[in-house]
Amino acid sequence: MFRFFIRRVALTLPTFVALMFVTFVAVRLVPGDPIEARTGERGIAPERLAMLRHELGLDRPVWQQFLDYANGIVHGDFGVSIVTKTPVLHEFAILFPATLELTLCGLIFAIVLGIPAGVIAAVKRGSFFDHSVMTVALTGYSMPIFWWGLLLIMFMSEYLGLTPVSGRMDLINYYFEPVTGFMLIDSLLSGQEGAFGSAVAHLILPSIVLGTIPLAVIARMTRSSMLEVLGEDYVRTARAKGLSPLRVVGLHALRNALIPVVTVIGLQTGTLLAGAVLTETIFAWPGVGKWLIESIARRDYPALQGGIMLISGIVILVNLIVDLTYVAINPRIRHG
Amino acid sequence: MSLLSIRNLSVTFATGRGPFRAVDKVDLDVATGELVAIVGESGSGKSVAMLAVMGLLPWTATVTADRLSFDGKDLLALSPRERRKIIGRDLAMIFQEPMSSLNPCFTVGFQLREAMAAHLDLDKAARQARAIELLELVGIPEPERRLKAFPHQLSGGMSQRVMIAMALACRPKLIIADEPTTALDVTIQAQILDLLLRLQKDSGVGLVLITHDMGVVAETAQRVCVHYAGQQVEMQPTRGLFRDPHHPYTSALLAALPERASGRILPSIPGVVPGLADRPAGCLFSPRCRFATQTCRTIPPPRAGAELGYALCHTPLVEGHPRGLKKLEVPA
Amino acid sequence: MVDQPLDETILPDGAIIETVPPAPSSLRAFWSAFSENRGAVLGLMVVAFIAFLALFAPLVAPHSPIEQFRQFVQQPPVWAGGTWQFPFGTDAVGRDVLSRLIYGARISLGIGMSVMLVSVVVGIVLGLASAFLRGVVEVVVMRVMDLVVAIPSLVLAILVVAVLGPSLLNTIIAVTVVYLPRYVRLVRAAAIAELSKEYVVAARVAGVGKLRLMFVTVLPNCLAPLIVQAALGISDAILEAAALGFLGLGAQPPIPEWGAMLADSREFIRAAPWIVTLPGLAILVTVVAINLMGDGLRDALDPKLRRS
Repeated sequence: MFRFFIRRVALTLPTFVALMFVTFVAVRLVPGDPIEARTGERGIAPERLAMLRHELGLDRPVWQQFLDYANGIVHGDFGVSIVTKTPVLHEFAILFPATLELTLCGLIFAIVLGIPAGVIAAVKRGSFFDHSVMTVALTGYSMPIFWWGLLLIMFMSEYLGLTPVSGRMDLINYYFEPVTGFMLIDSLLSGQEGAFGSAVAHLILPSIVLGTIPLAVIARMTRSSMLEVLGEDYVRTARAKGLSPLRVVGLHALRNALIPVVTVIGLQTGTLLAGAVLTETIFAWPGVGKWLIESIARRDYPALQGGIMLISGIVILVNLIVDLTYVAINPRIRHG
Repeated sequence: MSLLSIRNLSVTFATGRGPFRAVDKVDLDVATGELVAIVGESGSGKSVAMLAVMGLLPWTATVTADRLSFDGKDLLALSPRERRKIIGRDLAMIFQEPMSSLNPCFTVGFQLREAMAAHLDLDKAARQARAIELLELVGIPEPERRLKAFPHQLSGGMSQRVMIAMALACRPKLIIADEPTTALDVTIQAQILDLLLRLQKDSGVGLVLITHDMGVVAETAQRVCVHYAGQQVEMQPTRGLFRDPHHPYTSALLAALPERASGRILPSIPGVVPGLADRPAGCLFSPRCRFATQTCRTIPPPRAGAELGYALCHTPLVEGHPRGLKKLEVPA
Repeated sequence: MVDQPLDETILPDGAIIETVPPAPSSLRAFWSAFSENRGAVLGLMVVAFIAFLALFAPLVAPHSPIEQFRQFVQQPPVWAGGTWQFPFGTDAVGRDVLSRLIYGARISLGIGMSVMLVSVVVGIVLGLASAFLRGVVEVVVMRVMDLVVAIPSLVLAILVVAVLGPSLLNTIIAVTVVYLPRYVRLVRAAAIAELSKEYVVAARVAGVGKLRLMFVTVLPNCLAPLIVQAALGISDAILEAAALGFLGLGAQPPIPEWGAMLADSREFIRAAPWIVTLPGLAILVTVVAINLMGDGLRDALDPKLRRS
């Protein structure tokens, strides 16, 4: 177990190095000189240009520049945003809780609906419920979520007036300093009446939109995994013991059926973070996804570079954790 | 009064190509402490019949019977909840594939104690003590350690011992063993069978042994049912069956036993069990039967009386010869 | 295991070796398996219809997709009180929504097909190369693919577009980069599985050249999962490209790309909901149809994959 752990962790290191390399190269491939991009159209004196280049280390050999970049990342230096002049890591740290909160809520939405739907569809195979779940799952899986978000805004917010259109909080009526960065927690800590409700109301639509594709994937996966497991001999053994159907399905079958589902859920983190870019754009959610898109529009390449590095790094870490969890819940591997 | 009593049990599966009758009008009585064997080729419906008794068939199956009673209770009339109180406590089953019959996600101990928790009024410590006792009973060394093991850490023979322990956990009145040794190594087969027979003798539990091995039957059972293509073609006490089989199929099965073969070539039964598409009109065994007549091919055979082993045959054998061809009786 | 349909090829020197071309009779078997699935047939019909619209867009579309009818700005569709001149209404600058949708099918299907074709070709080459050459080639190719997979798809696409600049062609490149690993991994895994089979060993013993072994002997047996992946890959590519278009990083105005149309219409959610609803619906219907068809293909071609 421990050796597997070490080996699996060691395997992710080259991926990190390669990720640094790719982000480093990508930004150097961007047309235009980075200095000129900063100084704008006014132009710059040659001496000043040389000085700036030296300051930024651009006069050194490329491999040395890469080593500097990698060294900086290892020490937590992801560069400085051109626009705001603040360190990228700092900006990211402020915005990331918003993305994380949204992602977690989307994932919880997907899991809480997806697993029971998949289980019931499998147990009642061929029924109306099963067909409905599969149809909804196919639609969800094929959904352009940016359109889905607009539709929900049109219906829930514009037509029914139930939910707010954008943002994380009703800032006109409530204000409090961020403590954890999670609006749900901060609003409770603030003690302001109604603030928590506002946070929840703002989260509903974005979570649904973000969770739609993972919901479809989880429901489909749970159903097919469950169908396979329900035909296994050990499920028959459990029934032969006279256990209740709830225990047979919910414990004996589900425990085995969940093994591939957990993997799939883990693999959805990437989808979720990618989906967060779209969802945050639609709902003006102040998270890293929206910030990335704005960085492109502002040609803020250090921010883009650092942001992609950080997001991808987080996804790699989550995948690592998923792999280790997979081993932890599957005794066949644990003792293999 | 018999412990298990079955009359006219039929099981029909809804398949993509129409209904398929896997078990056709089977009768069976098992008395307390009796050992009855059911023999037949693969696909003869012997396992399905017993799964129907246990209520373990998938939802595509329809079970009908004139009587299906266990320990004085009508199994078909019970609610699922009441039925589950009997299944696993008074009526237990051991399956063919021990390796896949244990849940890979839970320890042996968990799966063993679970049945007790469902049916017996024992506290945690008592269940653990009983689990250790059971593993000792089925001959597993170091029971405390084995209880913590996961199924994939056990060999096939060891897994089957655990399955037997699990079946015995609630001191059942009847155990159905569905080819308990088929999936095991030949050397282990004898051990497991001996264990099963010893436990049956010691505890006085009734045992239905499903097998396709006539040799096993000869050594163990008091009574034998022979199944063919979902039908019960003969039922006799073991000694009588081996001495004077009344159905041509039984006779052919016995002739195929190596120890009875006289020539250099082992006799075999030509052909295969009929499937969904090629069911004969008359006797199902007629295409493979040495003694088949035109009557056999067109008219389903009647059931003979007890003196002829309830043989399902137009011309039951007596001392190896068809008893004088009966007059054709066309059913109205 | 699926039976290997074998036929015999006579080489010039008279040696008989076994090669495995797709058996002609299997086409009929495939169709009967495919047509059993009603959803798949429905999907195929819808895809065929959309493809027809895309191919003959100039003949089918009532107007030019970029002509602006300034006097008919934000006309509602017929069912909401509009006129038959603009059945699906007009957008904020007076362009006919129906015509833009029809021409948009060209863009979306075009992107989907190009991404699929490039990915399949490159995937086959890289996948077979890493399966056959092993060693450094395999390590490098697979590590690069691991990296691509590690970056969230849309984030990677955004990175590529940021480097190359937003355009239709760059959208295709970005989406191809994102989805390439699936094809490479699939071909490699399938080829490695085939390589250990006896017919490959037989072909090797008979002295078949490496290239012929790769493309003639082994490749046809890896095709079933690849075709399934390719079909489902088209829908993924369409969604991804539309997302880029929506973010303003894909096709640039006035190209009638569905995602970009949605982005343009965002501010008219209240005033002209049809401009928002219709392009999204077009994306959804196309993607659902392709996925239905792909699921049917999978069940018909590759029963082993049915579980996923």
